Amino acid sequence: MRLSGGAERFFAFMAARSMRRALRKGAASDVQTASLYTEFTPPSFAYDTRPLVCAGMKRHARIVSTLLLTVALAACGGREQSTTSTGGAPARSDKPLTIKGSDTMVILTQRLAEDYMKAHPGEVVQVNGGGTGTGVAAFINGTTDLAMASRPMKDDEKAQAKARKGADVVEHAVALDGLGVFVNTANPVQQLTIAQIRDIYQGKLTNWKDVGGPDTQIILYGRESSSGTYDYFREHVLAKGDFAPAVQTLQGTAAIINAVGRDKNGIGYGGIAYAKEARAIAVQAEGAQPVAPSEATVADGTYPLSRKLFFYYAQNAPERVTKFAQWAVTPEAQALVTKVGYFPLNTAQ
Amino acid sequence: MSRPRHVRNALMTGVFSLAGWVAIVFIFLIFLFTFKETTVVLNVEHMKAFFLANPPVWQPTSDIPKLSLIPIILGTLKATVVGLLFACPVGVAAALFSSEFAPPRLREVIKPTIELLAGIPSVVMGFFALIVLATWLQDTFGFVYRLNAVNAGLALGFALVPIVYTISEDGLAAVPRAHREASYALGATRFQTAWKVVLPAAAPAVFASFVLAFGRAVGETMILLMAGGNAAITSFSLLDPLRTLSATIAAEMGEVVVGSEHYAALFFMGALLFVITFISNTVGQMVIRRMSRRMQGAAS
Repeated sequence: MRLSGGAERFFAFMAARSMRRALRKGAASDVQTASLYTEFTPPSFAYDTRPLVCAGMKRHARIVSTLLLTVALAACGGREQSTTSTGGAPARSDKPLTIKGSDTMVILTQRLAEDYMKAHPGEVVQVNGGGTGTGVAAFINGTTDLAMASRPMKDDEKAQAKARKGADVVEHAVALDGLGVFVNTANPVQQLTIAQIRDIYQGKLTNWKDVGGPDTQIILYGRESSSGTYDYFREHVLAKGDFAPAVQTLQGTAAIINAVGRDKNGIGYGGIAYAKEARAIAVQAEGAQPVAPSEATVADGTYPLSRKLFFYYAQNAPERVTKFAQWAVTPEAQALVTKVGYFPLNTAQ
Repeated sequence: MSRPRHVRNALMTGVFSLAGWVAIVFIFLIFLFTFKETTVVLNVEHMKAFFLANPPVWQPTSDIPKLSLIPIILGTLKATVVGLLFACPVGVAAALFSSEFAPPRLREVIKPTIELLAGIPSVVMGFFALIVLATWLQDTFGFVYRLNAVNAGLALGFALVPIVYTISEDGLAAVPRAHREASYALGATRFQTAWKVVLPAAAPAVFASFVLAFGRAVGETMILLMAGGNAAITSFSLLDPLRTLSATIAAEMGEVVVGSEHYAALFFMGALLFVITFISNTVGQMVIRRMSRRMQGAAS
């Protein structure tokens, strides 16, 4: 009781003092908003209290919120690190295995990690997304043990990693994925050639009637440049050309499917494991028949837009890394790959 | 009796000033870091590429990187203008209503409710705009693009209304009752009093709310990243998709090679945002000071 009374007196004193100061300073006060109100100088003291305290508080609130934001950001960063870790497991390896990279592969690798941790008690695997580019950068910088990539690592990236780690980079294919080209379910277009898709994404074909559809503008959806899917598409469909500026870039394949599902003039691309709300069309490579994406056509390589999904790690990586990577290509793990919606490696070629 | 009070006083003063200094030092360090990272592009050639490239295209990951900031600055301005055009009238009207026309009991409900709106995370606002608002706008007005400046600007406007409302309302409520009574005594109606007496008297606060809303709009990231479509096109049409400075930084910072041109260009955008907010806040402060001085002169 006494203490709270003291605190109350303390704050009342502080508030009164700051108010008196603000009043004294008047318009010259550096508390701008406060100064507006003081010029009315009403006779009643209570009348002026609210705006004055408010003005002061807002300034403090801004500083406090900046601090809070910093703390919150730090906390978010911390939480993100432990997405799939099993906190309570007895740590046999002294450090957890950290995996980062392709958003396309996050679901797959998380499922692999869960089963791996079940089969190997004591091992801890942490899986993060962020995009292939992000994962490879983290791998080069040494903040992750293993990078997931939905495109092969570039030569300069490999060279950088080798220079940093003093060892070669091991490329380890773990699954196959078909890259679907999606249109709205109401769109009558059933198939496109690679050249047509290229022209559409480079802004040379802008109307659906040019490719056998209705007379409406084509609305382009694509991925951010940090995405491996973006790189793969640019390399294999656009022949390393540039996307038209009008491509709307969304965060993740799921967002693209969602947008194309709602936009009857839309076209998008992404891993076919996601196709739910939109329709994947048949793709025709030069001098070949149009092929619809399916497990069979992706696995036997007849579907032209199929790609390998990779793990990358350093040759001198600790055992916890190599063990997990080796396990990922066992029949047991490859059965999971099919379950998640991708295609196992062993049936290919 | 007096010693523990002194100790407590000194302790509390120390804690508060430490917290204050930490914040100031943080901001200063961030400022320093941002500008340090831009050094790679602080030269004439890069400034030409940023602002004078023709055609203005932002394709940083192309084989020949094109780093024009024009489409992105234009996108930022489009979103900001639409957001402010929506939020300023709505926010000020709501503030006038709740301070001048609403019965006190209703006011006690409106004020916390609108202030609560400020607490809605912008990612939720962005998601709403992406899924609900975009579909509704397209179905109603037949927009070619689902995600466009109108959609993004409206969603941004929702986030700005509480800022405009709260500060304007504080200003309106602080106008002394004597002003209103004098106005009524001269035979003015309630609306005339609110519009011609109370609002002008609170003009500095209203203006301050606009400036703060502008600062928030320019820096807002998540809503525009989700609802703006992120296509870097140089177009003045409000019906085309847009890409903003902050959304570009958020989307691309994850994959750039540290120290590269692209990396420095993103930091340059950050520095640009910094400068824009700094200028807008300074101008706002100056105008507010001038206005309050003028009003004081008139009053005496």
